[in-house]
Order: sequence, then structure tokens, then C-alpha cells
Amino acid sequence: MGAQIRVYRQKISSTTSMRKIFKAMELIATSRIGKARARVAASLPYANAITRAVSAVASQSEIDHPLTTEPEQIRRAAVVIVASDRGLAGSYSASVLKQSEQLSELLAVEGKEVKYFLVGRKAQAYFEFRNRSYERVWTGGTDAPEFSTAQEIGAVVLEAFGTDFEKGGVDEIHIVSTRFQSMVVQVPQVVRLLPLEVVEETATSEADLLPLYEFEPETEQVLDALLPRYIESRIFAALLQAAASELAARQRAMKSAGDNATELIKKYTRLRNTARQAEITQELSEIVAGADALNAS
Amino acid sequence: MANLEVEIVAADHAVWSGAAKMVKARTSDGEIGILPGHSPLLAILAEGELAIEPLDGARIAVTVDGGFFSVDSDRVVIVADNAQLHDGTGAANAGAR
Repeated sequence: MGAQIRVYRQKISSTTSMRKIFKAMELIATSRIGKARARVAASLPYANAITRAVSAVASQSEIDHPLTTEPEQIRRAAVVIVASDRGLAGSYSASVLKQSEQLSELLAVEGKEVKYFLVGRKAQAYFEFRNRSYERVWTGGTDAPEFSTAQEIGAVVLEAFGTDFEKGGVDEIHIVSTRFQSMVVQVPQVVRLLPLEVVEETATSEADLLPLYEFEPETEQVLDALLPRYIESRIFAALLQAAASELAARQRAMKSAGDNATELIKKYTRLRNTARQAEITQELSEIVAGADALNAS
Repeated sequence: MANLEVEIVAADHAVWSGAAKMVKARTSDGEIGILPGHSPLLAILAEGELAIEPLDGARIAVTVDGGFFSVDSDRVVIVADNAQLHDGTGAANAGAR
């Protein structure tokens, strides 16, 4: 009987200390989300300016640029997977990886080879555990991405894109990441980065019409300079959104873990009290029975 | 006379925005000055300094290392990879990146 009480006590104290950790992680995630969302907002002017410029170039000149022309045959695709560095974020990394598995299957059905570029230790661990090969991995700082990381990823995928198929190059590039919709909804999504699908802006009013730009020096050189930046900004936006999503997912996961811990503590406390009460009752009845036996003799 | 509406953005933040009388920038072909009423233009920025003459106050110098800028209907958007702002007092503020 005494043993049972001790077991319950141990469980209560370990759950209490775990709850402290969950609470602390929840608070940390909560305090960081604000910053991550502010960074998403701060990167918007740049992204908007670039998108506007790219669609301006695209809408008025017949662009024939290697980055925008669809290759006749797509034989190999690159997939950039953006997961997290650390766990304890609920299904965040798992759902990104699931989404990328679906994409891989789809690409395999279309007869395309797939090359992987990974962001985050969780993605790396997933691939290493399954003994699958990947080209490159970027780890560290998935919850606070730097622009230089986006530039590096951009440079690597553009280089792979510029290489011929025979030399190991790729014909198209996808990025799998998580879009931050709100604090409670984060959606894993697949975006095809290259070849670019330049969205032609539909002018709704006179003011929305894109002006006829002059280019300096030449349209082609402007595109050369513009498109890599566009890619970088798309990758950076994806990284920032992923960071905000990761923190939101972690906050939610830690909140429910903390709540569950509270529930468990309540349950174990009840069980402990019952056990203690049972012990007292038994001791009493033993004493009474002993006294009775002595009296009877 | 109309004014220019200038906006300078770096990759992860807005650097400066406001009204200006003139913007002087360096493109890969050479220096270019933009006054209100300039025809729409999309040009590549060369590494170096660009100068903005705001409506009031001292001239602002911004060091950029590449990027591009667009001009349309008196709206100038300067998109820099990395921009360092020096205001009239010479103190560099609003660090890059």
C-alpha cells in the first residue's frame, strides 16, 4: 500500500517539473512569434517592389529568358524542404515532410528524378534515418532566418538550374514550406519557384495599369539582375513564414502539453489520496480487529 | 511643382521613405538624376552611393551594394540588397540587413 503512494508521488513531482518546462517553452515561443511576424511584415515592401517590377517586365516585353522559359522536357526536379531545427512543435515538421513525400510521389509518377535541398535539422534527420540522399542542408536558425541564408539557397538552386541535365542539373525547382495563415492555422504548401510562372497582373483600373518602363541598360540585363533577386526574396519570404509557423506550432503544442500535464497531475493526486485513504482504513480495521480478538479471549 | 515619392527598401526592412525634390543614383551605365515628371524607368543600381534631396532637411546619402530602382508617375522605389543610411549629421543609422 505504502509503495503505491510513493509511486503516485513520484509521478506527480515529475509531471510538475515537466509542466514547468512546457510553460517556459510556451512563453518563449509566444514572445518570439511577435518578432517573427514583424519580420514577415518588414520583408513585404521588398517582395512587393520586386514582384511589381518582375511583372512589369513580363507584361510588356516578350520575355525569352532561361529562367522563365519552360524546358521542353523536365527530367529532374529539385525540391527544397523547409522544416524546423528543433522538435517539440507538434506536427509542424511532420506535416511539411508529409507534403514533400506527396510531391515526390507525384514527381516520380511524372517520371522525374528528384534532388533534395533541406533546411532544418529535422528534415536532415528524416532523410538520414531513411538513408536517403540529399544535395545540401542548411541548419541552425530556422526560427530566425537570415537573408544571407536565403541568398545562399537561391545561389545554390540557381546554379543547379543553370547546369545541364547531363551534368547533374535540374529543370525545375519546388519549395515545400509552411504558410503562416493565422496563429491557429499554418498550411504546408508547395510552390514552384522555377521556371517562373510570372503572374500577369490584371489591371482593374486605370491607376493599376503598369507603366511602359524604359530599361537601363537593356531589358535582358535588367531581367538578369531582377530574377535572381526575385527568387531570393521568394525563398526568404518562405523562410520567414516558416519561422513564424514553427513558433506558432510550438506555442500550441506546448500549451496543450501543459494542459495535459495539469490534467495528469489532477488525476494522480486523486489516486494518491484514494490510496492514502485506503491505507488508513485498512490500518484502522486491522487495529479494531486486533482489539476485538484480544477482548474475546 | 510635383514632388517625388521615394521609398527605399532593403531585403528585410524599409530603410527610408518620404517626399523628395530629387534623387541621384548610380546605374551600371553611369549617374542618373531623377526629377519629378521623369518617364517610367527600371534600372539596375551599381554599387555605391545614392543621394536624395528631401523636401526639407539636409541631403540624405545611402550606400547600397547593388539592387535596382523603378520610377513611375513620380514614385521612386529603390530596392537594395543592403542599404546603409547616412543622414545630414553624418551619423550612420538604421543598420543594414
